[in-house]
Amino acid sequence: MLQLDRLVLAQDGFRLTADWSVPCGERVAIIGPSGAGKSTLLSAIAGFFEPVSGRVLWKGQDLAKVSPGARPISSLFQDQNLFPHLSVAQNLGLGLRPDLRLSRDQARQVEQALVRVGLSGMAERRPGQLSGGQIGRAALARALLRARPILLLDEPFAALGPALKAEMLALVAEVADETGALVMLVTHDPKDAMGFARQTVLVAEGVAQAPVPTAAFFANPPPALRAYLGP
Amino acid sequence: MRTSILATGFSCVALMAAAETPVLTVYAGDYFTSEWGPGPAIEAGFEAFCNCDLQFSTGDLMPRLLLEGDRTKADVVIGLTTDVLARARATGFFGPHGQDLSALTLPVAWPDDTFLPFNWGHTAFVYDTTRMEAPPATLEAMRSLPEAVKVVIQDPRTSISGLALVLWVKAVYGDQAGAFWADLAPHILTVTKDWSESYGLFTAGEADMVLSYTTSPAYHIFAENDLTKKAAIFPEGHYFMAETVGKIAATDQPELADAFMAWVLTPDFQKTIPVANWSLPSALSQADWLEGWAALPMPDKVLFLTETEAEAMRVEAVEEWRAALSQ
Amino acid sequence: MARGAVAVTGAGVAALVAALVLLPLGAVALRAGAWPSLVPGDAQTLWFTLWQAVVSALLSCLLAVPVARALARRRFAGRGALITLMGAPFLLPVIVAVMGLIAVFGRSGLVNGLLAGLGVAPVSIYGAQGVVLAHVFLNLPLAVRMVLQGWQSIPAERFRLAESLGFAPAQVALHLERPMLRAVLPGAFAVILVVCLTCFAVALTLGGGPKATTVELAIYQAVRFDFDLGRAAMLSGLQFALCATIAVLAWRAVTPTSFGAGLGRAPVVQARGAGPLLADVLAIGLAAGFLLLPLGAIVLRGLPGLAEVPVAVWAAAGRSVTVALISTAATVAAALVLALRVAQGGPGALVLDGIALLPLATSGLVLGTGLFLLVQPWAAPSDLALPVTVAANVALSLPFVYRLLLPEARVLFADYGRLSDSLGLHGAAWLRLVAVPRLARPLGFGAGLVAALSMGDLGVIALFASDQTATLPLVVQRLMAAYRIDTAAAAALVLVAISFALFWAFDAWGRWHAAT
Repeated sequence: MLQLDRLVLAQDGFRLTADWSVPCGERVAIIGPSGAGKSTLLSAIAGFFEPVSGRVLWKGQDLAKVSPGARPISSLFQDQNLFPHLSVAQNLGLGLRPDLRLSRDQARQVEQALVRVGLSGMAERRPGQLSGGQIGRAALARALLRARPILLLDEPFAALGPALKAEMLALVAEVADETGALVMLVTHDPKDAMGFARQTVLVAEGVAQAPVPTAAFFANPPPALRAYLGP
Repeated sequence: MRTSILATGFSCVALMAAAETPVLTVYAGDYFTSEWGPGPAIEAGFEAFCNCDLQFSTGDLMPRLLLEGDRTKADVVIGLTTDVLARARATGFFGPHGQDLSALTLPVAWPDDTFLPFNWGHTAFVYDTTRMEAPPATLEAMRSLPEAVKVVIQDPRTSISGLALVLWVKAVYGDQAGAFWADLAPHILTVTKDWSESYGLFTAGEADMVLSYTTSPAYHIFAENDLTKKAAIFPEGHYFMAETVGKIAATDQPELADAFMAWVLTPDFQKTIPVANWSLPSALSQADWLEGWAALPMPDKVLFLTETEAEAMRVEAVEEWRAALSQ
Repeated sequence: MARGAVAVTGAGVAALVAALVLLPLGAVALRAGAWPSLVPGDAQTLWFTLWQAVVSALLSCLLAVPVARALARRRFAGRGALITLMGAPFLLPVIVAVMGLIAVFGRSGLVNGLLAGLGVAPVSIYGAQGVVLAHVFLNLPLAVRMVLQGWQSIPAERFRLAESLGFAPAQVALHLERPMLRAVLPGAFAVILVVCLTCFAVALTLGGGPKATTVELAIYQAVRFDFDLGRAAMLSGLQFALCATIAVLAWRAVTPTSFGAGLGRAPVVQARGAGPLLADVLAIGLAAGFLLLPLGAIVLRGLPGLAEVPVAVWAAAGRSVTVALISTAATVAAALVLALRVAQGGPGALVLDGIALLPLATSGLVLGTGLFLLVQPWAAPSDLALPVTVAANVALSLPFVYRLLLPEARVLFADYGRLSDSLGLHGAAWLRLVAVPRLARPLGFGAGLVAALSMGDLGVIALFASDQTATLPLVVQRLMAAYRIDTAAAAALVLVAISFALFWAFDAWGRWHAAT
């Protein structure tokens, strides 16, 4: 269970609180107006942003002293998910061993992950030679290899077209099912939330609300969301 | 295992042998020990009979001695010119040379019991006969050179020869030295930090005359068979410069140092000086000079400032030079 | 990203650099004893030092603008090679550069030969104008590179936008080029200003006389001829204050662009019409002539003697290369650690930034003398001539490499800091897999710069070098002192060739790594 215990985030006049928890293996959409603090919330969970007060707990353990790389978390950022000077296979290999000294067995795992996300034959390419969708797939394949119990996605597919985005989210769902990971997805598109997540968190007016079932949420949107969604 | 023991044994023997050969450390100027300087000949000549190892250590002499102070490794210092002797003497590092000076053949009296001259020359303006048909006949004529004539000199604040020039002018003109410089100033192409840069500019054809030595033409004559470089000889006299050797008083090799000092005055040493250093021997009669050297044009009158006179004059002479050329 | 480790090594390296710069100064000042007063002429020295540096830097920057613009907007065969070659004078050892300039602009040089043929009065390279000419020759390449980099950093889309909006050249200049120049030129000016302030070899030969004495030259006189350490310390204190003031005013206020990157890119700017074309042809032609003719003269002068270069020259060349490579390794490592540490920000970054730039303001000669004073109780100075030379090289070239790396290191953290952290990529693996490959271009360029400049350095070695420790520039000087002018020219050519080869090799490594 991921627990946000009276978490308070603040920076330059911005303030966000959260006090709720999500069970393992859950899929959560995080939605809200831009600037409300969706990405900051993910950063705090991933360990890039230090809270003013409160705690982030995983299975009862406080993560405050745990460095980002050691947290039970894989992250997909808005961009810069791959190192452009390393090959696709090397980028994936980092998920298994950060110094890239892979055993033969690990190298095979990398190959399998590439096949799994539909990138077989692309191992030696550089990210610059891949399309946006392929980059997303490679990053997901690495998350698959790392097999961490939490997967945080900060709008990594925002630049893709609707069809491609839906395809990628389906892949995320598969990966999450395989690894049993808790997924938190930042999005500004209600369709993503409805298609992907069972639970939805609204981030608005300084508060990240506790998650509620997605269908019910959109059936009867709170006033803050209504203002955001428009008429 | 056995071989390594043997090897150790051999290297010990070698080390002992090396330790038994005494080392004479000679501090010399930077130019001295290159294969184009006088160092190699001197080293070979001395080691031929001294049963020792002569090791040169090169660099700026006075800065190094002053830096090292009592800790200096020098036994002998070679290449101190007349103009720095006062400062060298004041350090108190040098002991008496103990040599009989009657062998000296300098054009001036040399009663010094500490520093032993090993070569000498005069400063002079050198010109190229193919570019200058009518060189100035007197120092005074340097004040009224034709407009196009350019001279390159050295900075008296960084160069021994440059310092010699301002003392030369001061010795001839006294209070009027500043006026001389004011007249020469328009003809000074540039002032370089040391002699070699000036001479390079002159041979590259940049300047018509260069401040150098009366013996400079010898290099062109004997090494290049080029007779077009000449020193302008002035009746006012030419400034005398000698390079000297001094013995460090606290040397741990006093016998070797004394032997070296004695050897400096022998014909064996003196005969290497002209072609190795392009200067004149200090203790060799003209009859024994290498062929052709005695025929070099030399001034009749020699201007010599004792180190006390030179030191007393130095600051004022340099400042007059600086002030006149800064106008 | 092992922030702890970087912070600790960063602090350690900074402490070393500070010690390397400040301890020798302290040693000289301590040894000096009494603090001397200024002598007549010192005011003039100070004034000339400032004047020539300001004029040289201004001219270099102004001239760089049309040249860089022409290079940015024209495509022609050999453009890349020309840009590379035109960068060469910055790497020339000063004594060699002066030889080349004299061959072209001297009394019996090419230009005056032409002028005489036309019946025009000759120009003189000696005096204040000669010092400025030489400094522009040495530093124009740097200015051109920095400004060209600025031009190429303007996205092509903006020029296309300007074209689609029907901008006249004046409007392009107003909206696109002037803001870029405002950002780039102050940085170029500051760098060149500081280089010219502390350079003394040019004024030595071309200055014409005591009128053109610089502070660094006065320090040289105090150290080597008068051995007046008090005066040397006083003067270097003066110089330190001067440079520090300028650094505070200009050097830090600007955002330096990396002048190594992006030169291979195709030109994006287009200018139509005969007027701009003529201007560009003139700018490129004149600059190429000005920068390349002296280089050609050095080659021509050195070639005949090349066959008879004595063994001593090759031995010295070997020593010089060794010194250059060791200096390069140490400088690049130190600069990398400092740049990474400062780019991370946090407490102390500002202090470290100051320390990394500290050596800029120091006199190489005083630094070397101080080092000798420090080591002398334990070893003979002549035994340590080469290590001390390496230390001086490292200290004096560190600021340049650091300054090249810093902006790129900031980009590195901004772009890939979180990714590296989230993957737990740190320490040696992070250096090997992320930092070095991402910074390869400025690392290669910086390493090339240090290697070339260390090859040609004739600062402190001259004080104490023995025959067994003579470097190549020193041998060039000794050859000249022994009347061997032709051999000296050949040795100078060897020196130049090795300097360029080293620079080229490192720079090519960096570009190759960045490209793959």
